[in-house]
Amino acid sequence: MSHHTDGIAEICAHYKDEPSALIEILHDVQARFGHVGDEAARDIAARLNITRADVQGVRSFYSDFTTAPASPARIKLCRAEACQAVGSEALAAALTARGIETEIVYCLGNCALGPAAMVQGRLIGRADADTLEDARAEALNG
Amino acid sequence: MADRIFLPIDAAARSVGADAVANAFKDAGYEVVRTGSRGMLWLEPLAEIERDGKRVGFGPLTVAAASELAAQDFPENHATSLGPVEALDWMKAQSRLIFARCGVIDPLDLDMFEAAGGLKGLKAALARSPEEIVETITTSGLRGRGGAGFPAGIKLKTAAAQPGAEKYICANADEGDSGTFADRMLMEGDPGQLIAGMIIAGRAIGAETGYIYLRSEYPDAIRTLAAALKAWEDRGWLGEDILQSGQRFHIHLRRGAGSYVCGEESAMLESLEGKRGQVRAKPPIPAISGLFGKPTIINNVLTLASMPWILEHGGDAYAARGHERSTGTQAFQLAGNIRRGGLLELDFGISLERLVEDFGGGTLSGRPLRAVQLGGPLGAYVRADKLDVPMDYESLAANGAMLGHGGIVVFDESVDMAAQAEFAMEFCAEESCGKCTPCRIGAVRGRETLAKIRKGVDVSANLDLVEDLCTLMADASLCAMGGLTPMPVMSAIRDFPEDFEPRAQAREADVVE
Repeated sequence: MSHHTDGIAEICAHYKDEPSALIEILHDVQARFGHVGDEAARDIAARLNITRADVQGVRSFYSDFTTAPASPARIKLCRAEACQAVGSEALAAALTARGIETEIVYCLGNCALGPAAMVQGRLIGRADADTLEDARAEALNG
Repeated sequence: MADRIFLPIDAAARSVGADAVANAFKDAGYEVVRTGSRGMLWLEPLAEIERDGKRVGFGPLTVAAASELAAQDFPENHATSLGPVEALDWMKAQSRLIFARCGVIDPLDLDMFEAAGGLKGLKAALARSPEEIVETITTSGLRGRGGAGFPAGIKLKTAAAQPGAEKYICANADEGDSGTFADRMLMEGDPGQLIAGMIIAGRAIGAETGYIYLRSEYPDAIRTLAAALKAWEDRGWLGEDILQSGQRFHIHLRRGAGSYVCGEESAMLESLEGKRGQVRAKPPIPAISGLFGKPTIINNVLTLASMPWILEHGGDAYAARGHERSTGTQAFQLAGNIRRGGLLELDFGISLERLVEDFGGGTLSGRPLRAVQLGGPLGAYVRADKLDVPMDYESLAANGAMLGHGGIVVFDESVDMAAQAEFAMEFCAEESCGKCTPCRIGAVRGRETLAKIRKGVDVSANLDLVEDLCTLMADASLCAMGGLTPMPVMSAIRDFPEDFEPRAQAREADVVE
C-alpha cells in the first residue's frame, strides 16, 4: 500500500468506515492532501464499501472539494448581495487587474463588514485590493 | 491584580483586527477574556473593561489606540470611549433573550455560562415530562427561525407521536443567506444555548442523538462548537447521564461543503447521510421520516436556542412578546451598504424603516438608499419609499416580501436592479441541486433572458417571458430554491421598472451587432 493509501485508510478508520461520514472524510482528505484525486476516491470507495461513482458524485457536488491541488493562498471572495452592495464586484475586477485570481464564494457571514474575503481560513472584513494582496503574500510565504 | 479586558473572538471582530488588539492589551499586562460579540459590528474591535461593576466600552480600536488606552488607564475622554456598553441606545432598545450572554461570557468557560444562568432552561426541562415540554413550546407560539416560520410545537408533537426509539434532532446551522450571521454569532459567542436547546428538543420527542450541520464557510464557529461539545461532555452536561438526570443525549458535529441548497432541510438530510445534497420530495415530512428514514426534528439554530429561555420563563412569557402570530423575539441583521451594521434582537413588529434608519443610520456610502433586500437571496427587494412595514411573518407576506432568517441588506442609489435580478437567477443556476426541472433549467433560461433584457433585446416580450418562467418556477419547483428565486426577480421588475427599460445606448449597440 502506498503512503497515500495509508493516509486514506487512517482517515476512514477515524470515522469507522461509515458511509454517512463521507463528506467529513472528503474534508479531511482535502485538508491533508490539498485535493481529492481519483486515486483517493477509489481508496475511499473501497474502504466504505460504496461505489466509486458514489464518491465521485459527492465530490463533484460540493464546491469545497477539488480534483487537482488548490493553492493554499487562494483568495475566497464573497460575491453575494451584501458584499455586492459595498463593491465586491469592483474589488474582484481590481484584483484581476493585478493578476490575482479569486475564488467566488457566496457569503462568509461577515455581511455587516463587507466586502468579505477569506484566505487560509482567516476571515477578512472591509477588504480592499491591498489588504488581500498582502494576505495572499503572507499565505504564500508562510 | 490587573483589570480584565473583554474583547470579542467573534469572526467578524477578528476580521477587522481584534486579535492584534488583544495582543496589544496582553503585552501591556492585562488579562484578556475573549467573548462573543455584542452585535455592534461597526464598533469592532470593541473592548470592554470593568469599572464600578459596569462594563465600559472602547471602540472601534486599532493597535495604536489599544496601546494608548493601556498606557493612560482607559480615560473616559478617549476618542474611542463609548461609556457603559449596556447603556448604549443600540443595547438598551433590545430584548436579548437568546443573545443575553453573547458578548458577555467566554463561550468556552462553563463556569461563566452557569453563573450567567445558562443552565436554568435545561434544568427546568429535565424536571418536566416530554409532554410538558411540547406543551410549553406550543404555548409559546415559537416558529421556525430558518425562514419558513413553521410552529415549533406542532413539529415536536408530530415527531413525539411517532413510534420507535431511533429519532434525531438536527440543528440547521447552514446559514447561507447573504445578509445573515446570527447563527454564526450565537455559535461563536454562546454555543451552550444551542446545545441546551437540542437536549431539550431531544427529551421532548424521545431522541438521544443530535446532529449539527454547520457550513464550512464558518471555520471559527466549527472550532468553538467542537470545543464546546467536548467541554459539555467532560462536564457531564452532555452524554449518558446529563446533570445526573438519567437523560441521555449525544451530539455530532458535521460540516457542510460549500453548497447553499443544503440549507434546505431535506437536502441537509441527504448531506448528513453522506450523499449529494439533493432535495427530497415531500411527503413524507421529516418529523415522520427524516434522517436515515427515522422521525427527525430539523430546526434552525435560533429556534432551538430559544427553547431554554422558554422552558425557564414559561410559554406564556414568550407568547406575550412580539406581534400577533409572530411571538417572541427575532434576531435582525443589518448588512450591506449600511452605516451601523450588526445584530439586534427585538420583539417582532418593529418597522423596517426604524431598523434601517434609526438603528442602521442609513447607507455607509452616504448616498441615498434605494433598495433593501429582505430575507436573503430568495427574498424580495423593497423600495426605499416602502420601508414602513412591520417586521413579522404575516405583515411581510401581505406586502409580497418575507422575513426569511432576518437578514436586511441595504443598497444605495448605485444599485442596478436589473443586474440584481440577473444575479438572483445566476445564483439559482449555480446552487440548484438539479433534481427538478423548473429550478435546474428555469434558472439558466431566466438568466439568459434577463441578460437579453439588460442588453435591450426585445425587452417587452422578454419581460413577459421572465414573468411566465417565474410563475412556473414558483408553482412547480420541489423546494424553496427554485420556488422563491422568482421573489427577488419579480420584485425588482415590479418595483424598479425603470431599470429594465431599454437604454438608448444599449439599443444602438445591438443594432451594430
